[in-house]
Amino acid sequence: MNRITRFLAAAALALSLATPAMAQLGGPVTGTPTNPITTPGSADELELMKALNGGRIAGRGSIPDVQSQVLIQPEGREWRDFHNKTLTWVGGIAVLGMLAILVIFYMSKGRIAIEAGPAGRTIKRFNGFERAAHWMTASSFVVLGLSGLNLTFGRFLLLPIIGPEAFTAVSLWGKIAHNYLAFPFTLGIVLLFLVWVKDNIPNARDIAWFKAGGGLLGHGHPEAARFNGGQKMVFWITVLGGALVSISGYILIFPFVMTDIAGMQLAHIVHGVLSVLMVAAMIAHIYIGSVGMEGAFDAMGSGEVDLNWAKEHHSLWVEQEMAKARDTIGGPAGAKAAGAD
Amino acid sequence: MARMKFLCDSDRCIECNACVTACKNEHEVPWGINRRRVVTINDGRPGERSISMACMHCTDAPCAAVCPVSCFYTTADAIVLHDKDLCIGCGYCFYACPFGAPQYPRVGNFGGRGKMDKCTYCAGGPQQDGTLVEYTQYGANRIAEGKLPLCAEMCSTKALLAGDGQMIATIYRERVAKRGYGAGAWGWRTAYRETVGA
Repeated sequence: MNRITRFLAAAALALSLATPAMAQLGGPVTGTPTNPITTPGSADELELMKALNGGRIAGRGSIPDVQSQVLIQPEGREWRDFHNKTLTWVGGIAVLGMLAILVIFYMSKGRIAIEAGPAGRTIKRFNGFERAAHWMTASSFVVLGLSGLNLTFGRFLLLPIIGPEAFTAVSLWGKIAHNYLAFPFTLGIVLLFLVWVKDNIPNARDIAWFKAGGGLLGHGHPEAARFNGGQKMVFWITVLGGALVSISGYILIFPFVMTDIAGMQLAHIVHGVLSVLMVAAMIAHIYIGSVGMEGAFDAMGSGEVDLNWAKEHHSLWVEQEMAKARDTIGGPAGAKAAGAD
Repeated sequence: MARMKFLCDSDRCIECNACVTACKNEHEVPWGINRRRVVTINDGRPGERSISMACMHCTDAPCAAVCPVSCFYTTADAIVLHDKDLCIGCGYCFYACPFGAPQYPRVGNFGGRGKMDKCTYCAGGPQQDGTLVEYTQYGANRIAEGKLPLCAEMCSTKALLAGDGQMIATIYRERVAKRGYGAGAWGWRTAYRETVGA
């Protein structure tokens, strides 16, 4: 009796185990496939590549690192073309082109002088905090830019001159600096955005400013508030470009944390193109803020600009500041000036 | 001089992973680095094949083309090697490599991934052949001893072939002709811009 019960139990168990297996033989396979490849059946490399339309060929592996389960990623070739051709050309044309334009400009127009001559009196343009934020961003940008350009162009320009050992030392330190200075740079971008955004909203006056050729090409000085059209452009290039360059950069600093290799290739493309364009834009910014224009550097140097410079370039802002100053001297409405009675 | 290549006959590979283990042991490759790996495609479905993959020592190697410090070089046997004393660990070769061969010793954030490591075709590196410093940096140099890469040497089904490209292509072609099928020389189209016809 006992033996029969045991036999029946075993038979029932065997039947219950066998049933789904038999059902699978005929019916469709259900459940989510764990294999990323959805093309059926082909193990021929050429067929598989055609089926995937140039995509990645991946499978399953026994190594915990999922990255290792990609067999072939043809996108690497496109990234190579971008890095070796597109980026080199875009970067070379942008940076050298900007330098050429500035040299031609300086040769033909020279330094833009304060037309009325220096007044000798100054007006506060940027306070200590604004200047500190600017120079933190600027100094990290210069190192980031140079170390970044070195990765793209150093092999052709610097390596043949200083030799492989010295070039590796420079590039290694450049890489370390690039990774760590990313943080003060991003902080600077955030601070500059917060302190200046209210004065940088584009408006109709900027269009007039650009139509008049700004303070650079045209004659006379179109009216402008605290920031003119050109400065607003620099502001938005810095803020928007800086934000995108920062985001794409962090994706690259922390490999595989946010994305896979395809995402990192894309992040590098965004990072590279925007960076060289920003470098070109900042070369122009540095030029006009230093040798290009008399009195401009003081704004970020001492923070005090010459009154005549301010009147010529930021007429509305000067009026505003003057009005503010008069109000302060006059005191609040209704109050009597000290010693008035 | 020979033009050294790898060829994995996926119709013979049984996914035993002995090539992976042999490589790790021969070169004392640190944890987390796999110079060679086995990937199974169509797993559990018709057309399942396993392919042992490592650096293919490409013609016109993408890693060498994109390296910012130009630390790659090709030996007389067409083996693609790199100088770890020059590598800055930037990861560019990893973006460009179609086979995911470049590896980094540390997962490290801030790009502190350390010097790149990859399959050397058992040919060591730029250091003096057979020295301890070469072994520590790059692993064993079997090529200098007149031997072929260990992964292929010890492959039990002889799925993984290493040697002169012409020679291993001929062996593969004979196999395909004899048995009547072959899934192709994996990676050859990508690495060498040529393929081994059946």
